[in-house]
Amino acid sequence: MSGFIALLARDLHLVWRRPGDVAVVLAFFVVATVLFPLGIGPETNLLARIAAGVLWCAALFASLLSLDRLFVADYEDGTLDLLLLAPWPLELAALAKCAAHWIVTGLPLAILAPFLGIAFGLDRSSLLALAATLLVGTPTLSLIGGLAAALTLGARRSGALLALLALPLCVPTLIFGAGAVETMAIGKNFTTHLAILGALALVALATTPWAMAAALRQAGE
Amino acid sequence: MAPPILDVSDLACRRGGRRVFDRLSFTLGAGELLALTGRNGSGKTTLLRALALLVRPDAGTVRWQGADVMAEPETWRGRLAWLGHLEGLKGDLSVRENLLVAERLRGAAPPADRLDGALAAFDLSGLAVRPVRTLSAGQSRRVALARVALSQAPLWLLDEPLNALDAPAQAAFRAVLQKHLAAGGLAIAATHADLGIAARSLELQA
Repeated sequence: MSGFIALLARDLHLVWRRPGDVAVVLAFFVVATVLFPLGIGPETNLLARIAAGVLWCAALFASLLSLDRLFVADYEDGTLDLLLLAPWPLELAALAKCAAHWIVTGLPLAILAPFLGIAFGLDRSSLLALAATLLVGTPTLSLIGGLAAALTLGARRSGALLALLALPLCVPTLIFGAGAVETMAIGKNFTTHLAILGALALVALATTPWAMAAALRQAGE
Repeated sequence: MAPPILDVSDLACRRGGRRVFDRLSFTLGAGELLALTGRNGSGKTTLLRALALLVRPDAGTVRWQGADVMAEPETWRGRLAWLGHLEGLKGDLSVRENLLVAERLRGAAPPADRLDGALAAFDLSGLAVRPVRTLSAGQSRRVALARVALSQAPLWLLDEPLNALDAPAQAAFRAVLQKHLAAGGLAIAATHADLGIAARSLELQA
């Protein structure tokens, strides 16, 4: 467990040293979503209807944008070998890397999204639903993206391949995330959606670390 | 003669369908250094990676004090200090932070005096707060060697440890390695240059 915390702390420390990488991701999220109201024009009803889908898709793209560096940086400077040789399970190391990724992207995205929702004319309860679903749903994106990043490690054009692998796997999360906000907008309870999102996150948590570890060992050979 | 601590027998490795080495056997006792020599591409790095289980050997066994290391890979990894051809350092962290992180990833935070000792041994005390990305190749190599020295692992696996080192740094490395061996440690080094320390040698055929 101390190794897990050491790795998590190291990755957060590295982001702290180089905050630009995260700033770019968050700026992408803001710019990409703000383009929709500008492009569609002041059609308040239409904007409010598509807001959840747009914000969720933008959050998905933003979190994928930063994932291609998740393991590549360690692979290139040789620290991946040190993780492979650490005397504790590699599964925990993969999980620590995903946790660090979520803290610096998923969490800020969930906090940022309600403010962007205002630009789409979402009401207060929908903004709440948006933040809640992103909070529960983005860990799944980090885990699935981490798996895709591990699988494409060392491949050429790994960025495009990563998106191709991860996006289909993220579809359930996207459907229930955006669906929850729409349910809330028509005045129904969204806890079922939230529970399903939580279940998806738990399934990802229970399966992806093993697959990531296997992929990383393969990349280390 | 004391029984060997490390016993490698009939190790074989193939990469991409090509045989790298086959039926490779050697033993190493406490305080012994093994110098791996051979042409470029003869499999020195692959052998080191196979011993660390980074590459799965196709056949053969590696025993440490009689026990097969593949049975308990985590215990085995805890006994290893690794120096690859990449330094395994983070450019954005300082020299001192890099050493601290590397040790924490091995599961223990080193006491400050041991950390200072490792820095001093490679003449890095004056560079301790510099980010590693601002260091020269030789200086980075010294940081990587200090990481190995700090680990207190009984077996050091070193891939071209003398790369990029100037004469004083080579002397510092010899002194540290000799101290490790004198304390009963083991080391296996793939090298082209003469290590300058009495060593058993194993030549790999390409």
